Amino acid sequence: MKTKSVLLALALLATATPCLADGEVNVYTSRKEALILPLFDRFTELSGIEVRILSANAGALISRLESEGRNSPADVLLTVDAGNLHRAREAGVLRTTTSAALESAIPTTYRDPEGYWFGLSQRARVIFRSTERVGADAIDSYADLADPTIKGSLCIRSSSNIYNQSLVASMIASDGEEATETWARGVVANMARPPQGGDTDQLRAVAAGACDLAVANTYYYGRLLGSDSEDDRAVGEQVAIVWPDQSGRGAHVNVSGAGITTHSPNPDNALALLEFLAGEEAQAWYAEMNHEFPVREGVAPTSVLASWGPFDADDINLSELGKHNAAAVRLMDRAGWR
Amino acid sequence: MTVALASSLPRPGADDAVRWGVVAASVAGILALPTVAVVAVAASADGSAWRHLVSTVLGEYVWHSVLLALGVGTGTLVIGTTTAWLTTVCAFPGWRALSWLLLLPLALPAYIVAYTYTGVLDYPGPVQTALRDLFGWGPGDYWFPNIRSLPGAILVLTLCLYPYVYLLSRAAFVSRSASAIEVGRSLGLGPMAVFARIGLPLARPAVVTGVALVLMETLADYGTVKYFGVTTFTTGIFRTWFGMGDRAAAAQLATALLGLVLLLVLLERWSRRQRQFDDAGAAAAGTPYPLRGWRALAAAGWCALPLLLGFLVPALQLAWWCIDTFGEQWRRGFPELMGNSILAAGITAAIAVFLALLLGYGQRLRPVPTVRGAVRVAASGYAVPGTVIAVGVIIPLAWLDNSIDGLARELFGVSTGLLLSGTLVAVIFAYLVRFMSVGIQTMEAGLAAISTGVDDCARALGCAPKAVLGRVLLPLLRPSLLTAGLLVFVDVMKELPATLILRPFDFNTLAVRAYELAEDEQLAAAAPAALAIVIVGLVPVFLLARGITRERRHA
Repeated sequence: MKTKSVLLALALLATATPCLADGEVNVYTSRKEALILPLFDRFTELSGIEVRILSANAGALISRLESEGRNSPADVLLTVDAGNLHRAREAGVLRTTTSAALESAIPTTYRDPEGYWFGLSQRARVIFRSTERVGADAIDSYADLADPTIKGSLCIRSSSNIYNQSLVASMIASDGEEATETWARGVVANMARPPQGGDTDQLRAVAAGACDLAVANTYYYGRLLGSDSEDDRAVGEQVAIVWPDQSGRGAHVNVSGAGITTHSPNPDNALALLEFLAGEEAQAWYAEMNHEFPVREGVAPTSVLASWGPFDADDINLSELGKHNAAAVRLMDRAGWR
Repeated sequence: MTVALASSLPRPGADDAVRWGVVAASVAGILALPTVAVVAVAASADGSAWRHLVSTVLGEYVWHSVLLALGVGTGTLVIGTTTAWLTTVCAFPGWRALSWLLLLPLALPAYIVAYTYTGVLDYPGPVQTALRDLFGWGPGDYWFPNIRSLPGAILVLTLCLYPYVYLLSRAAFVSRSASAIEVGRSLGLGPMAVFARIGLPLARPAVVTGVALVLMETLADYGTVKYFGVTTFTTGIFRTWFGMGDRAAAAQLATALLGLVLLLVLLERWSRRQRQFDDAGAAAAGTPYPLRGWRALAAAGWCALPLLLGFLVPALQLAWWCIDTFGEQWRRGFPELMGNSILAAGITAAIAVFLALLLGYGQRLRPVPTVRGAVRVAASGYAVPGTVIAVGVIIPLAWLDNSIDGLARELFGVSTGLLLSGTLVAVIFAYLVRFMSVGIQTMEAGLAAISTGVDDCARALGCAPKAVLGRVLLPLLRPSLLTAGLLVFVDVMKELPATLILRPFDFNTLAVRAYELAEDEQLAAAAPAALAIVIVGLVPVFLLARGITRERRHA
């Protein structure tokens, strides 16, 4: 019978928890705590609004929001990749927001046309080459990754990863499904090994000589270069960035972003948080701490980001990526991209 | 048979038996709710996504899952039974220490072992770097096995899971076989011959239970296969759900996996049905076989190997990483993380043991197909990936919460909000669904070892079923209760996906912290949390170990 009283106590505890005070904003996030907590602490300091967070996989959070419905305690969904943000919009868990501050700070390509979500930081998904074994102009486009001359020398992670899905979705948007599938088959044929590990693993593999070329997001490279570990910095120095398609559609760029939830109990606080995250201080922080590019124009880049030089980005509206996501996943399945 | 006969006799407590059956069935029903929710979602799906899966990737999922299960099943069977046999029946240098040291890998989650072996064996790791320096090889000059592969996953899961087989077969060797072994010895059989011809056949129910647990863990594993890039059912479920955003197709895959597990469960039942193992005589441990010379060396080496590879190497790698990152990680709220982990695991273990006892005893009193079936269903959550269970928990709880809220709004004009979703209750419910099987299986094995004649005697003396349980069976079951509780505790400590999805705001555990950092490719920073899981996980392992040393002293 002790169990019963424990359960009862827990139930009472449970009913007490979701009671929301006025000065709160509840964030469901798929970003790592270390990358957002300092920002949230600063927000609390400035606004007096307390931030409570729950971090998990983006798909799981969207599912949880759907099931919780109008009783959901969440105010903000903060996640990476436009593909995830679009999926949240499609699932009906986000509401439209109008804010002059957000609209003037964030260029139209990096936010949902109807205001369901807003990009907060950007990263490019680009090609990296071994400085030792690959010349600076040996490769200059995503299309080259499918070229038979580089057979057996490419490292790229699994197709389960949303970053690859969005890269392929951007190609579908630009070249159509058929051409993209041919490209994907070429990429699979060029792989040095079955896809495994994350982006940093691909860069490490290039440095270690297991492959000559890799595809990764820019901030992973930035993290290696700015690392405290000597080994990591050595890896960073053995690979060089290749900005793809500079004479064509430009490098594939994606965002981390956020939207206010449909049933948000504190929408005003949620908006205040979003506006803070798009503000100059927070934008500079993204660049400083995680080597991401600010979405806001006029924020000075850090020395690491500046050292990579200027580049042209694909100017596709990112909501397109979400629309082609399912097609991209199926296409990669068919191409044998594990 | 005897029980069914006994409960049909008009004697005090016959009604009680019916009541126990009903209670057991309803507990099982509640625990089965999430699984039912998943199957219901699967049934509601249209077939287009499923057809795509069948024509592209399903074959590979099935093939890899089956190969993985076969490999890990064989590996754990061989390692678990042989080491258990050697340390219970033979005497060789270090056998006393090894008999409990062999449990240590139980404290290490497989996904963490996978991270560490990748660090050790990958191209930039110490082993390959040393080889290159030693022989002057360059990249591509030599062949080196890739740990991030299907064989690698089999190796890692075998090293992490063999203690289940070891623990259960050991208990069987100790409690059952002593007299039979003496007979074998007196007839002049050597230790390995006694093992093959007497020990193993007698311990079969326990061994099969151990291997069944291992296979369920294997089929539900996500962290290891994901990290190694091996496509199985679980990675397929995640990919279909989160990659294609298709929850229904993911539920269909989960249902197919569930079918596989059901097959496994039936096989285990069938194997156990083959023979009745009521133990008539008291267990009296005999004197161990003394091993000498190369035999002693081989036995010591064989038993030390899984300890070395399954515990020492990964733990040392973690400790090595910790040197750099511990200070900073400790400042980031470690005591609280530990407290949360222990709280969740402790509550779950207590409830799980209580419920397992309820189900086990209910089944013993009313061994009718409906009760048996219900118990099997309650135990089926073990092989379902944590994420799928989490969704299965979210759906009914959110429905319940929203219904209560709707009713309250309509009748009283007040909102009750979410009563259960997003609270510790939801998390613990998911843990129970996921790990009930561990408790049930251990309890069933424990109950099976007690002759039903014991119940009959107590009942004939006028005890009601509740009194039989409290005054007769409970004291006899104490070791099983302890084992069940500890196994559940350790499993919950390591559990990841369901915790991630269901936990309340600002409720972090060690597993969550370790995963978040490892996922972010900061393996060294993840090491302190991982090591803390190992250390907390060691506490129950040491308790188990004490049980082993004590049982030896009694013997």
